[in-house]
Amino acid sequence: MSGVRVLVGTRKGAFVLTSDGTRDRWEVNGPHFGGWEIYHLKGSPADPNRLYASQSSGWFGQLIQRSSDAGRTWEAVGNKFVYDGVTGTHLWYDGTPHPWEFARVWHLEPSPTDPDTVYAGVEDAALFRSTDAGQSWQELPGMRGHESGRYWQPGAGGMCLHTIVLDPGRPGRIFVAISAAGVFCSDDAGTTWRPMNRGLTSEGIPDPRAEVGHCVHRIAMHRSRPDVLFMQKHWDVMRSDDGGESWREVSGNLPTDFGFPIDVHAHEPETIYVVPIKSDSEHYPPEGKLRVYRSRTGGHEWEALTRGLPQRDCYVNVLRDAMAVDALEPCGVYFGTTGGQVYASPDAGDSWAPIVQHLPAVVSVEVQTLP
Amino acid sequence: MIRVVLPAHLRTLARVDGEVTLDVEGPVTQRTVLDALEAGYPMLRGTIRDHVTYRRRAFVRFFACEQDLSHEPPDAPLPAEVVRGAEPFLVVGAMAGG
Repeated sequence: MSGVRVLVGTRKGAFVLTSDGTRDRWEVNGPHFGGWEIYHLKGSPADPNRLYASQSSGWFGQLIQRSSDAGRTWEAVGNKFVYDGVTGTHLWYDGTPHPWEFARVWHLEPSPTDPDTVYAGVEDAALFRSTDAGQSWQELPGMRGHESGRYWQPGAGGMCLHTIVLDPGRPGRIFVAISAAGVFCSDDAGTTWRPMNRGLTSEGIPDPRAEVGHCVHRIAMHRSRPDVLFMQKHWDVMRSDDGGESWREVSGNLPTDFGFPIDVHAHEPETIYVVPIKSDSEHYPPEGKLRVYRSRTGGHEWEALTRGLPQRDCYVNVLRDAMAVDALEPCGVYFGTTGGQVYASPDAGDSWAPIVQHLPAVVSVEVQTLP
Repeated sequence: MIRVVLPAHLRTLARVDGEVTLDVEGPVTQRTVLDALEAGYPMLRGTIRDHVTYRRRAFVRFFACEQDLSHEPPDAPLPAEVVRGAEPFLVVGAMAGG
């Protein structure tokens, strides 16, 4: 019988949650790397036993861990992230030039075809790649070196490259998103980059329609339609039907269009999920009700999914990488909260139940569908 | 034989229990001790000092013989008690937050 493995990164370690295809009973394994922040861990689509994890601490810096046995054992691999060439400056919070400084790896994106190739999105914003299973890392300097780079400024959470989307049908096409610069796309495997932010409007920047400077929180793509992209921006839920060349708002009837994660149903490319958050300064659900919103029309029309989720006195957040879907039938949807709960829905969001309730604050959730 | 005490998280990372003992050739300094430590335990590279600049990470401290040696030059000789193995060289995670 098929199964599911949920990879959970938290503020104090990693957890691996497994179930068979019923997604009814779960085994919780962890913490791995107890006491360390695990911003992200993700499995290779080409080899489900190959996992990568970003492990960091304020004391001891960045580590990358690799597992070749589905998380049973781990090996620390390369952690040398050195910017390529002249480091240069970006703008600091006060508008003064500030040297690029590596802080941590926010996101790891394994290649869809090669388990030894993995991309890392880092703070201060840059894109690195390893082709030797994480032993060594090379920056793709065209990203940080884009002509707009000197004007990028950090968002409240730091100037991080937090989203990496690899186009499964067009090898060499990569989308990334940076807070607070926006979306960039490369068609040559990361050598050169173009900003892809036309149609975004952000009231918090001097020119609300600027080409660069938007606080994009996450973008998502369905592998069957790589020209359709969905975005949760600081405020606004957006979509693009032309591969990111232009965006239009699809917030529709959401109670608030602020939020962090966005994801797409595994089998229905027009079915998308967000978790509305009250505001940029009140990072919790409106009215204390934890609600996932689902649109079956690619946006505009949204329905609240509440069955099994707390509908009073709930003031947790759901971070940008903390939602994922499985590929079973029906599609499973998963998300983790800053309160330490990981919720699962085995029926595409109609009903929910917690897998675990008392983990450290959840930073990331990824799902592997196992044969 | 130089004795080194690592903080708990780095002992876990290096998969060692208790003290680490190192052979250090030539002068015994912070630099030569850390060079030997990282040669024996490469997974510690970057966790105590920067990969490129070799500067001590901000929240890591070096103690020995009840002295804070964190701000000593990396090529300064370590105390004689450390050199002859009577006292350990302590790598400490600074008390800062949780």
